[in-house]
Amino acid sequence: MAIRSTDPQQHATGPADEPKAASKRMTNRRRELLWALIFMSPWILGFLIFMAGPMLWSLWLSFTDYDPLVPVTNFIGVENYQELFSDPKIRTSLWNTVFFTIFNVPGTIISGLVLALLLDKVGRAAGFFRTAFYLPNITPAVAVGALFLLLLNGRDGIVNQILRSVGLPGPSWLNDPAWIKPGIIMMMLWSVGSTVIIYYAALRNVPQVLYEAARVDGASAWQQFRNITVPMISGAIFFTLIINTIASLQLFTEVYAMFFGSQQSGAAGEAALFYVIYLFSNAFEFFNMGYASAMAWLLFVVIGLITLVQVKASKRWVYYEGAE
Amino acid sequence: MSPRRMPLVALMVVALLLAACGGGEEPPPASAGGSEGATEVSGSLFAFGFGYESGDEIAKVRVDRFREEYPDAKVSFSESGFEEQPFLSALASGEPPDVVNLPRNTIGTFIARGVLAPLDDCIAQQGIDMGVFYDAAVSQVTVEGTTYALPEFFNSRIWIMSNKAFKDAGLDPQELDVSDWDAIAEANEQLTKTNGNRLTRIGIDPKLPEFLPLWSWANASDIISEDGLTSQLETPGVAEALEYSNSIHEAAGGRTKFLDFRDTWDFFGEENQFAADQLGANPFEQWYLNVLADVSPNVDITVRPFETRDGEPFTWSDGNAWAITADADNPGAACAFIALMTAKDTWVEAGEARAKMRNKENKPNLGVYTGNREADEVIFEDLGLGKWPSFEQAVQTILEVQENARSIPPSPAAAAFETAWISAVDGVMTGGDDPAEALAAADQEAQEAIDAAAR
Repeated sequence: MAIRSTDPQQHATGPADEPKAASKRMTNRRRELLWALIFMSPWILGFLIFMAGPMLWSLWLSFTDYDPLVPVTNFIGVENYQELFSDPKIRTSLWNTVFFTIFNVPGTIISGLVLALLLDKVGRAAGFFRTAFYLPNITPAVAVGALFLLLLNGRDGIVNQILRSVGLPGPSWLNDPAWIKPGIIMMMLWSVGSTVIIYYAALRNVPQVLYEAARVDGASAWQQFRNITVPMISGAIFFTLIINTIASLQLFTEVYAMFFGSQQSGAAGEAALFYVIYLFSNAFEFFNMGYASAMAWLLFVVIGLITLVQVKASKRWVYYEGAE
Repeated sequence: MSPRRMPLVALMVVALLLAACGGGEEPPPASAGGSEGATEVSGSLFAFGFGYESGDEIAKVRVDRFREEYPDAKVSFSESGFEEQPFLSALASGEPPDVVNLPRNTIGTFIARGVLAPLDDCIAQQGIDMGVFYDAAVSQVTVEGTTYALPEFFNSRIWIMSNKAFKDAGLDPQELDVSDWDAIAEANEQLTKTNGNRLTRIGIDPKLPEFLPLWSWANASDIISEDGLTSQLETPGVAEALEYSNSIHEAAGGRTKFLDFRDTWDFFGEENQFAADQLGANPFEQWYLNVLADVSPNVDITVRPFETRDGEPFTWSDGNAWAITADADNPGAACAFIALMTAKDTWVEAGEARAKMRNKENKPNLGVYTGNREADEVIFEDLGLGKWPSFEQAVQTILEVQENARSIPPSPAAAAFETAWISAVDGVMTGGDDPAEALAAADQEAQEAIDAAAR
């Protein structure tokens, strides 16, 4: 027997009342939207004032010869952008940055994943190691740079002492142009803690029942990792891929502290000239703010394109639980 | 937003941007200290690039004196050294400091952009005799006959030689002919010490890339014209100086070995390179002697002037200067402040404070090298260095060579110019670039920057 509603209002609802109900739904939706906007307004205002506004301003500046110390600013069209393509230091700094990114991002993902997997196996000690891995991330970047000046010293640094103890010749990480970028990559891998924490959290969310089923089916540890772990944490891997790529392309503080600050020995030459460092020099040392703005927009476009490619490619390998 | 309104809004945004940017020609900055009523020294005064709380006795004594002399003026400080970025932010925000303490070798950049006020009226008002300042210092703060700052310290470059290393190599530091580049190269070989494959003492550190101008002057070549508007990096003498000074690294087994060893030195500590016998000699800034006096008062060194290849002693000087910003709120007090900070009596008082402190610590007092030669005459009259013959000889040498100082002229693109030649030297040192080609490329880059800034 069908159960019927005894609500008189429901009985009263007929085709003639539908526009009224739709209007009510619309009013509710508008009210919800209004409240959502009110709650979001601090962020929206912050975004408009501190992000979108300065970005638009810098876009405008990139078409000018703006020098903050000179009262007159001239519109020069795309001259700054044309200069980007003829400036040899742009090529050098872009190459240094891309080289670093190509090795640093996979290095961070692989080492982060290995450490997270180990962390997942250590049981109660995980808390200690989690803290230990994360500590470098809360160390000020300038301090990290200063620390690695000591660790990477080609003569008495700990890194080379370890290499020599196993019979390997230690290179000149800080003074040989060929080894400066590998040294910087090593330094940045030391701060892999945040990536480890993200992977560790993702690993904890992988349903154990999948592993149990796989073991019953005779899957090896590698097969379990390849076919269960990686797909199940692919969302986290994708996230770290994006943020580490962006961070690598924007590398500045540690390298500036090591090679361009008061420690400057002039030894690095252009081997440590990363894109954002050259941008900073143009803006705050040479006062070519217009040109520096054009550089910033070029970097923005490069990051945007790389991210777009990564997002498109992610559809082939990233698994989202619950997605269609 | 209605689509119909969007073009209107866009137009308004563009109009605002244009209005904000197209300021038009502004009048040149008025001379500081010359406005009506400027003689009254009162009100608040903000000094950028200087620290009182974070400063040493030399800073404190001079500021205290200003506060005593002008009790109605309230002076405050950025409590930091000069940094372009915060200075730029202060200027861009429309709240410039009244006075700024900045390196003399960067001053041309700010003069060219009208950031600093001419000091003609201030100098007249305070009765400042610019003749008391060392010529090399004055030339760094003067553009087209107008003075824009008052020199503060006077930093010289001299040879610092380790007597122990020289004796060990069978050499006499007083006898080394520092005008003879072959003799320097030979001494370098003799002073360099290795233990097996391990470098234990650098013979001579040429201090590249930063000391290229010094080696160039020794080779009778200027890296920039006197008016600071023409780069002369392409001059053959500069390339020759670079080639020679870079070759000095070879005795140590190459540049990377040289630098890896140098990076391990305890530069500011008791086990510094002279105390630890890790260095034979290097040209260096004279302030380092104060470090040695503090951490290694008994260090055995000889100080010699740098010499041209013709045997003429000279030094390369720089240091900081006090300037007044063009839009200073309190130019009268600013003028009184910079005049007092660089005046003879103030310096003498500061020198006495330094002497008192050093005597209390039973450490050598090397005086204070000011830009004011009248102050130096009093400060260095009797330092009481009899117990420390090395330092007594060092001070005497520095004072003798100070009058024969050279300095890099103010350039409208000082930072870009320096970056260009440092990059060229780096390229030669690290990448094995040909010195003449590297400097020619740097010359072009520097000239473009100078021309753009001068426009």
